[in-house]
Amino acid sequence: MTSVLRLENITKRFGSLLANDGVSLSLARGEVLALLGENGAGKTTLMNILFGHYVADEGRIEVEGEALPPGAPHAAIAAGIGMVHQHFTLADNLTVLDNVVLGTESLWRPWQNRAAARRRLAEMSAEFGLRVDPDARVGELSVGERQRVEILKALYRDARILIMDEPTAVLTPQETEGLFDTLRRLVERGLSIIFISHKLNEILAISDRVMVLRRGRIVQEMPTAEADRHRLAEAMVGQTVTRPRAGAMSPGEVVLAMQTVSFRPVNGVALDAASLEVRAHEVVGIAGVSGNGQVPLADLVSGLCRADAGTLSFFGETLTSPTASKVVRLGVGRIPEDRHAEGVVGEMSIWENMISEDLRQPPISRYGLIDHKAARARAGAQIEAFDVRCPGPDAETRLLSGGNMQKLILARALSREPGLVLANQPARGLDEGAIAYVHGQLLAARERGAGVLLITEDLEELLALSDRVYVIYRGRLSASLDAKTVTPRQLGLMMAGHDMRDDSMKETG
Amino acid sequence: MDILEILITTGFWAATLRIATPLIFGTLGELICERAGVLNLGIEGIMTMGAMAGWMWVYQGGDLWGGVIFAAFIGMLFGLLHSGFTVYLGLSQHVTGIGITLLASSLSYFVFRMLLPDATTPPKIAPFQPFAIPVLSDLPVLGPSVFTQTPMTYLALICVVVIWYGLNRTPVGLAVRMAGENPLAVEAQGINVLAVRTGAVMVGSALMSVGGAFLTMSAFDAFYFGMINGRGWICVALVIFASWRPGKALLGALLFAGIDALQVRVQQVSGAAIPYQFFLMAPYVLSILAMVLMARRAAYPKALLAPFRRGDRA
Amino acid sequence: MRLELRESPPIWLAGMAPVLAVGAALLLCAGLIVWTGESVPEAYGLLVKGAVGSRFALAETLTRATPLILTGLAAAVAFRARLWNIGAEGQLYMGALAATWLGTGVIDLPPFLMIPLLLVAGALAGGAVLVIPALIKNKLRVDEVVTTLLLNFIILLFVNYLLEGPLKDPMSLGWPQAAPIVDEGVLPRILARSRLHLGLVIALAAALAIWVVMRFTVWGYEIKAVGLNARGAAFAGINVNATIIRTALISGGLAGIAGVGEVAGLKGYLTLDLSPGFGYTGIAVAMLAQLHPIGVVVSAVFLAGIYVGADSMGRAVNIPTYLADVLVASSVLAVLVSVMLVRFRIRRG
Repeated sequence: MTSVLRLENITKRFGSLLANDGVSLSLARGEVLALLGENGAGKTTLMNILFGHYVADEGRIEVEGEALPPGAPHAAIAAGIGMVHQHFTLADNLTVLDNVVLGTESLWRPWQNRAAARRRLAEMSAEFGLRVDPDARVGELSVGERQRVEILKALYRDARILIMDEPTAVLTPQETEGLFDTLRRLVERGLSIIFISHKLNEILAISDRVMVLRRGRIVQEMPTAEADRHRLAEAMVGQTVTRPRAGAMSPGEVVLAMQTVSFRPVNGVALDAASLEVRAHEVVGIAGVSGNGQVPLADLVSGLCRADAGTLSFFGETLTSPTASKVVRLGVGRIPEDRHAEGVVGEMSIWENMISEDLRQPPISRYGLIDHKAARARAGAQIEAFDVRCPGPDAETRLLSGGNMQKLILARALSREPGLVLANQPARGLDEGAIAYVHGQLLAARERGAGVLLITEDLEELLALSDRVYVIYRGRLSASLDAKTVTPRQLGLMMAGHDMRDDSMKETG
Repeated sequence: MDILEILITTGFWAATLRIATPLIFGTLGELICERAGVLNLGIEGIMTMGAMAGWMWVYQGGDLWGGVIFAAFIGMLFGLLHSGFTVYLGLSQHVTGIGITLLASSLSYFVFRMLLPDATTPPKIAPFQPFAIPVLSDLPVLGPSVFTQTPMTYLALICVVVIWYGLNRTPVGLAVRMAGENPLAVEAQGINVLAVRTGAVMVGSALMSVGGAFLTMSAFDAFYFGMINGRGWICVALVIFASWRPGKALLGALLFAGIDALQVRVQQVSGAAIPYQFFLMAPYVLSILAMVLMARRAAYPKALLAPFRRGDRA
Repeated sequence: MRLELRESPPIWLAGMAPVLAVGAALLLCAGLIVWTGESVPEAYGLLVKGAVGSRFALAETLTRATPLILTGLAAAVAFRARLWNIGAEGQLYMGALAATWLGTGVIDLPPFLMIPLLLVAGALAGGAVLVIPALIKNKLRVDEVVTTLLLNFIILLFVNYLLEGPLKDPMSLGWPQAAPIVDEGVLPRILARSRLHLGLVIALAAALAIWVVMRFTVWGYEIKAVGLNARGAAFAGINVNATIIRTALISGGLAGIAGVGEVAGLKGYLTLDLSPGFGYTGIAVAMLAQLHPIGVVVSAVFLAGIYVGADSMGRAVNIPTYLADVLVASSVLAVLVSVMLVRFRIRRG
């Protein structure tokens, strides 16, 4: 088989971090190559180098035998490389057509040919089975629709090599099947695909060949036919790391009760008459595609806003004017969705972030004056207890790795032994070791007697940790489901809006 | 005369267009910068510099349109400086803008004082004369006012159309708008974000500078210290009022100018009942009100104020 | 080209940033001096001499530094919270107005009560005026840069009206100025045969107080956190809106005190040209000091020296005094670059 693409000896450093270490790979025509690796392994960095967002420190790239100039996305596009980014590169306030057409006409040309573009987009749309409305504002599209636009963008520019970076992270199981159908259709038309993922099932389902990346190096390469879950998982992490599983427990008192709570945020989906319950000694999971109301739900439980209607009570107590600090004082530990933007103040020191929720409590402060010694001591103890690897409590928090930053947040949320834990995408972007640690801490909290509300897009994580599950769709919550008996397929259907009121799926208790 | 009577006089409309002209240039200029994602707070200083530069060109013997081009060129240079700091180096747009306003203003005063050390009363030049558009200038009321303006006012009106077309109907305009919404999207399509933003800031700054030049080369005929008098900041407020759209920018400028023109005439009529200072406050108070009123519905360019660093990926 | 954050910039390097910035600015202005035809060493020599070359010069520099320390602190505190207070000029005048209103004969008090009263009134007036844009920012998310700037113009027109009308001093021979501050309210001179007054002591005390607040108090922590990451601060339970209002009161209050100092310490009565842009220069002071309260004192004295020195230089050689403004403005821009050089390493993309 002829190779359409060759990467030779790609090496890339970010400061002291070696993101890619002498990586070489080749892609054959019509092949689906899977790049497997845990978070932080270097897969996205490698593809960003291929597409020209980054320049490699060493190595070269050849497309169809011709050298590819580094660091130039326009050269990559001209060579036939298209990238479907993990975080879509779309402008929400502009239309689908605008997003697709950008860059396809010379910037020196003083007019646009929108009619021709519209026709071509419609043709491609039909040919590849990717339906979109060219005049829709991207901001109003669902996640799956946005991904279709992102794919069409690449195809519109005659991509022959398509890079797909974690495309299924935001899709329901059914949508994932649809995506795979699309990929097979593309391969029939002669495209070659590089598929990045950390999900073993999908890799086994869609790819022809698998390359495993670990700590920036290729550690395994094999035809998918010869691969199995166990070998791949071990290659990916380098050791057998088993994620902890929940033991059976009987739930206790109600720690969080929401009754027909509604809240309309400034932007995005509103929470609509949502009811749920979390008890001590249990993990309750919220399944749903991102953008269906998880944000207002999390904000309400975090104390960042007040419900427009309905009652929300913590440990039986309803707060008339909730604030984040009141909620924390009541005994709620919160792990936010975005650790950089919300979880910490990156440019403050580690000890300052460690005590940020206890700022106005003795011994951290008295009469408005901060007791630096006590604060540092408390931070030091928590750094030890939660194994936060850092240069010291005075170092800037932004220097921490993702896993260690999450440990800091865990320490802050859990060391007070809260009765309710809100964990919002707690393991996102972490490597396997860190994921296991986070899961272990959540389960330990559950064992200790806390109730855990787990919001996550990762169905595997959800089902592994939860006792009960609710599905959220367009701001509405389903009835409670037993996590041990519900299947991913059922969840997938509900996440896409089907069968929300089907009694056959309900479980009492 | 009551207000309605004032509104139908020729003098009122002539004044409105004259007062609106620098606001149109400034608002268009700031609008382009912000659409690309850059808040350009150097506008007040750049307008001052444009006023001085254009006037000085003519005073030193050049012709009027040469002065306009020279002012535009100087404005572009300051735009380049601004984008060097904010676009290329990603430094604070707020502080850079204030710094540029201070620098451009003080440089223009310095140069003016250097070239004219002994002037106690500011010397004058021969400014643009009103130009009557054939046929249209014979219309009642509107004829002698709207269609008999100085050439730079017509230029401003033409710019509104050109900028509207440029932003909405050309590939480069699309790139500019995208750069202000999601610069990553622009880079992912193979376009150099830094170049697009820099270009937008340079063009915008050129327009701002021309707006300042209008004051010394058309509306008045001399350069005074402090003559911009906050018009730059009013333009920043007007951009929000106009929802970042050229057509609405024109309407906003005309509205403000109209109220300003009205205020002068009402003052003359009301005598000493209300002190004149309160009338002079009107444009500034209105600007604050405009920003407050539009706040709820303001559709900011999503990437406004966010610096773009290559290789800064999730 | 790519910028990479340095892990922990050495402290000496951080202190170099303003020095580098001023150096760059002096270089640029040297170019301007060459254009005027004068000699650069001579001009700069005259500048230094005019700033610190004699007892009188030094006293003048410190006198000029007094309001700059306060407006510099105002900008530093506000900018720490990312509250872009460009309205210190107007807040200064409001403080001066409050002092004029209370201190020109309306109330009769002994000095040890009168002076604190005027200071408090000035602080409240300045703070109140900044709270309005701060509230608008909180509730409506309107950028405070433009609102504070526009307020400057409005306030100055208001002062203009008052000076020509209700506050006009009948004894002033037609000149628009207010009645003088009563003797009990005047800030005493602290150095004989100079204009240096108690305001300097007040300014230094304010700098110390702000340093303590920023470093040791909960308020200081909250201001810092809100400025660095308002969303993260809110998540941790900090009341962002309250913090911004508090910051506005402190910042506006400091600028208001600057106004009281000028009116009750330096000039003795309110006029329209009380402040030749102290509010704006305060921004430069704060930027050069990298928002550090003690650094503000050093930076204020330095910039005051430049202005005083430039006045003196301008009388001796043919260089417009605007050179000082150009120097200050280019320092502001230069310090942005030098701070970046300190904090980042430059790498090839």
